[in-house]
Amino acid sequence: MIVQTLAFYLFAGLAVASAFMVIAARNPVHSVLFLILAFVNAAGLFVLLGAEFLAMMLVVVYVGAVAVLFLFVVMMLDINFAELRQGVLQYLPVGGLIGLVLLVELLLVVGTWVAAPGIVASDPTPAPGDLSNTEALGRLLFTKYVYFFQASGMILLVAMVGAIVLTLRSREGVRRQSIARQNARTRADTLEIRKVQSGTGG
Amino acid sequence: MIPVAFPELAPALPEILLAVGAMALLMFGVFSGDRSSRTVSWLSVLLLILAGIVVAAGGGAERVTFFGAFVSDAFSSFAKMLILLGSVVAVLLGADQNERDGQARFEYPILILLATLGMLMMVSANDLIALYLGLELQSLALYVLAAFRRETVRSTEAGLKYFVLGALSSCMLLYGASLIYGFAGTTSFDVLATTLQQGEPAIGVIFGIVFLAAGLAFKVSAVPFHMWTPDVYEGAPTPVTAFFAVAPKVAAVALFVRVMIEPLGGLVDEWRQIIVFIAIASMVLGAFAAINQTNIKRLMAYSSIGHVGYALVGLAAGTASGVRGVLIYMAIYIFMTAGTFAIILCMRQKDRAVEGIADLAGLSRQRPLLALALAIFMFSMAGIPPLAGFFSKLYVFMAAIEAAREVPILYVLAIVGVLASVVGAYYYLRIVKIMYFDEPTEGFDRTVSGEVHAIIGVSALVTMFFFLYPAPLLTAAATAAAALVKG
Repeated sequence: MIVQTLAFYLFAGLAVASAFMVIAARNPVHSVLFLILAFVNAAGLFVLLGAEFLAMMLVVVYVGAVAVLFLFVVMMLDINFAELRQGVLQYLPVGGLIGLVLLVELLLVVGTWVAAPGIVASDPTPAPGDLSNTEALGRLLFTKYVYFFQASGMILLVAMVGAIVLTLRSREGVRRQSIARQNARTRADTLEIRKVQSGTGG
Repeated sequence: MIPVAFPELAPALPEILLAVGAMALLMFGVFSGDRSSRTVSWLSVLLLILAGIVVAAGGGAERVTFFGAFVSDAFSSFAKMLILLGSVVAVLLGADQNERDGQARFEYPILILLATLGMLMMVSANDLIALYLGLELQSLALYVLAAFRRETVRSTEAGLKYFVLGALSSCMLLYGASLIYGFAGTTSFDVLATTLQQGEPAIGVIFGIVFLAAGLAFKVSAVPFHMWTPDVYEGAPTPVTAFFAVAPKVAAVALFVRVMIEPLGGLVDEWRQIIVFIAIASMVLGAFAAINQTNIKRLMAYSSIGHVGYALVGLAAGTASGVRGVLIYMAIYIFMTAGTFAIILCMRQKDRAVEGIADLAGLSRQRPLLALALAIFMFSMAGIPPLAGFFSKLYVFMAAIEAAREVPILYVLAIVGVLASVVGAYYYLRIVKIMYFDEPTEGFDRTVSGEVHAIIGVSALVTMFFFLYPAPLLTAAATAAAALVKG
């Protein structure tokens, strides 16, 4: 139990600290790297909760795809972040005030929220016995929801075809590697052996 | 682990066929490059026809599969036949036009196939999640098609505009669906139908219905969610506009009807006011806003807004004969619109497409048959007997008047509809006047392929002679409506 508690504080502390560093770091690339660290720590928290599938998805989707995309954007767009940061202190009082108001409102909502009287809680989905939740989700996804799963696949296919249709241009004068042609070349095509008289300097 | 029965695939056979076929053609296109675009187009037409045969062979028996998420019944079969017809037309028109503009790319038919797949899934949806996935598959393919001519500013602008507004409407639809799920506790249409019948509905459900209706109204481009239609119709390449005006419209209207009648059928008094309002607004705006247009594609956009208004009159009735009216309306609308857009594709001068209404001046002297066909479509859209367009309006108004004995507001709806169609007749007849009585300008090129002419001919004949033998369409529509409105 103590190990889990320690692990929780480790992950939670690191997640909060790296989240802070995302907005505090001067170098935007460092910000994205801290974002990745925050995601990985959040994944650790999910594992502690017993939701290992969500943890994997978080790493695969957010770290693997979204964060790398961010990194590309940050590197490819020439944004002067130092300029964007100017005047932080100037806006801090107003921004802080708005943040405080939001926090108080949130606390009020959470503190006074009650479910409507007479409401009946619906039956939660029965726990899948001794299955891990990855396996349980998989069994559901590929049986009962197979139609939705396949339909989503078709949508992703359309997205891929669409992106290629709209952006792929065949440019002139590009030198591409043609492995077949390289392999088909023989020594006779490219090399010419000449006898050079020694001593003529030619 | 409880073993789960393998879902029955037969009811979804047309969809599976289209999905597998589209992927196979995609592979074929990728490996053989853009010079295969003509082959891919013809194979796509073949695939669509094959899917149509499978739909027809499936018949009208109600079959539910995929654990209640997918339903195939007479209603969905009827809508699917119309959608597949519209897609065939779009592929044929596009193959011809793209080739002449040096834009022949094999992705065009593939994207139409995938959009069609989404539409078939929409009309067969029996679950809120299935509804959304089908709709999104369709919309995503359509956004790309709108921006297909990516080197022109107008096309990219149309694509971007459609994408941003379409995403917004999807958000509203999702919000509505989540509210309905939250307050009714299920996404399945069957369970929703029984749950929502009992007692007074929760306020959250009503909110959900409003948002759901707003999202769907966007997809059918009904007022007040029509703003994107003229810009997108004008900017998108003409074959794509023809596709937008035909297949997705039928699919969205069919989906609208199914959602309102099946799961929300018990709350007809709640949603009828929404439908009555958007129907009146669409009919009136479609009639008045089109008067000032000089671009024929914009004019067709407003005309399609008006037509959706008329179709929704049948839905507002909420009865079996109302649903039958909607289906007949959409079937006839497909023929008129496909024919008109095929004629718009013929409007080319010096190998360049022109879109002004004034360019049609004196067409009757240069191309009498083309002018005659366009005149037939225009008279039909204006609702002049004995052309098909008259009967389509007749059936929806008849349904509204029948139901009006219990719901008096439908009288207002029918009267406004008739008045709006009189106003609408002005701009349809103006085109006829320009073609027949104005001095001719430069003639159109005669380079259009045989497929386009065949589409014009067939649609003109159907529109002209529908009144001689309307029985097959009427019976099919009645069977389809009976499958949806039970009891």
